[in-house]
Amino acid sequence: MNNIWTIAKREYDNYFNSPLAYVVMLAILLPLGIYFTLILLFSSQNALMGGGTAPDTLQINWLFIFLMVFLAPAITMRLISDEARMGTLELMLTAPVKDFEFVAGKWLGAMMFVLTAALVTLIFPIVLNNFVSPGLDWKTVISSYIGLILVASAMLALGVGISAIFSNQFAAFFVTLGLFFFLWFFVNMPAGLIPESSDLLNYLSMSYHFSQNINRGSMTLAGITYYLSLTALGLFIGTTAIEIRRWR
Amino acid sequence: MIKVSGLTKDYGARRAVHNLNFNANKGEIVGFLGPNGAGKTTTMRILTGYMPPSDGEAIVAGYDVVEESLEVRKRVGYLPETVPLYTDMVVFDYLKYMGDLRRLPDVEDRVDEVLDMVGLLDRAQGYIGNLSKGMRQRVGLAQALLHSPEVLILDEPTIGLDPNQVVEVRELIREIGKEKTVLLSTHLLNEAQNLCDRVLIINKGKIVAEDTTENLQARLLGAERVVVKVRGDGDQLADTIKEVKGVRKVETLDDGAVEFEFASGKDLRPEVAKQVIKTGYDLLELRPLGMSLEEIFIELTSNDGKKK
Ligand SMILES: Nc1ncnc2c1ncn2[C@@H]1O[C@H](COP(=O)(O)OP(=O)(O)OP(=O)(O)O)[C@@H](O)[C@H]1O
Ligand SMILES: [Mg+2]
Repeated sequence: MNNIWTIAKREYDNYFNSPLAYVVMLAILLPLGIYFTLILLFSSQNALMGGGTAPDTLQINWLFIFLMVFLAPAITMRLISDEARMGTLELMLTAPVKDFEFVAGKWLGAMMFVLTAALVTLIFPIVLNNFVSPGLDWKTVISSYIGLILVASAMLALGVGISAIFSNQFAAFFVTLGLFFFLWFFVNMPAGLIPESSDLLNYLSMSYHFSQNINRGSMTLAGITYYLSLTALGLFIGTTAIEIRRWR
Repeated sequence: MIKVSGLTKDYGARRAVHNLNFNANKGEIVGFLGPNGAGKTTTMRILTGYMPPSDGEAIVAGYDVVEESLEVRKRVGYLPETVPLYTDMVVFDYLKYMGDLRRLPDVEDRVDEVLDMVGLLDRAQGYIGNLSKGMRQRVGLAQALLHSPEVLILDEPTIGLDPNQVVEVRELIREIGKEKTVLLSTHLLNEAQNLCDRVLIINKGKIVAEDTTENLQARLLGAERVVVKVRGDGDQLADTIKEVKGVRKVETLDDGAVEFEFASGKDLRPEVAKQVIKTGYDLLELRPLGMSLEEIFIELTSNDGKKK
């Protein structure tokens, strides 16, 4: 466990050495900030005219996760592939570190990076709380944030796992992006056409549990299990890919 | 400390290492000599737990490299051939990171200590990416020494170093070799000669000779080769030298110098010198040629061929 933390900490520090990390951070926070401002302006307009509903932060977290479909692959693409390319994987694989610890450390480092962004976005509900009366429904806000962490966890684990398969970070990026597109947009598309299988197809969708349940304040067991399973699957793929590299 | 038996490694259909057997004991520096593609790096990668062998067994520091890989890795210091480093890290931070992964107590003091050992204390706060090749080599070496490992495995440790550093690094290895086990690979015969207690010569994945350096040389150098230079024509000089009894393989080189060979043991240099001067040449140079590893290899493999 110690090693996971050591690796995660280095990876986290390392993010702030690379311009890409700042671009990613900006690509998350800037749209969210603009969107938040628009929500505020729009609902205050409505309020002046004596109508409309009170704004909440659900839209913001939904946008965060939606952006992550595109940005998570960029956050994870080089994590292991680049070590393979540079040869530093040989250092890691001959250090007294278990393959799983190495992969999990990479994942945790990426999680800490995303959590940093998520922490910054806490400004939005806090500001909003002062504008609406009787204040925000904090239970929903917390559920929404837990959902955000769960989805990020699944995405980053899959990204790290795929990064372990490739020695080229762009290959890792596009395969990860492709997988997220599939799980986000396409997997439950036929649900409308084949109603018998719609439950299963919706269960497999990465967006469904978050946008339909968790983000709206209902922490479903199915949703939690789904994201945790994907996290485990990603870490498993990564560990196995490393083991296969050794045997080759 | 290192016990290798029947070690075999296949990369797909290519057999890189074939049924290796050897030992290395505590307090011993063992050299791994061989041409490109002989299987030195492959063997070292197996011994450091980087990859498992296809067949056979290796015990390092008392543990099996496959079954107890983590225990082996705790006790081995390894300098990979390519000297992989995180170029975007500061030297000190990098070594501290590697030390943290090994759970070293007082990591920071230890990092300063090894940096001092490899003469890089003044670059501790610099980025690895800004270091010269030789300096990176030394950072790699510092990393291998960090945890005072029982077994040190160094893949071509002095390649790319300047002559002063070569001397210093060899001194360091020699010092460590007194108490620990060192296995190092090299292409340089003279490095093996003045550093190693024992040499394994490996070719095409097989050990073709194993002995102390002195013995190997005597065995391999059936003949000694000498180059002669005079003021004057090389072809005529060659004829003159051929008159001396016992000289063999007389060849004229492009620059007018002449090379010849005689069976080791009876030094014909005085006779040749006398003959050259008697004929009226001004003798400019008479110099023995050391045999390079490559030449020894050619010797060794062609001799093998004849015997079989
Ligand atoms: N990852 C790999 N995949 C396939 N073949 C490999 C791999 N690594 C090494 N080989 C092959 O195995 C053989 C031994 O290579 P190895 O790197 O062990 O030689 P070496 O003795 O270290 O050579 P050098 O002196 O050039 O460093 C070579 O034929 C090489 O092409
Ligand atoms: Mg090699």
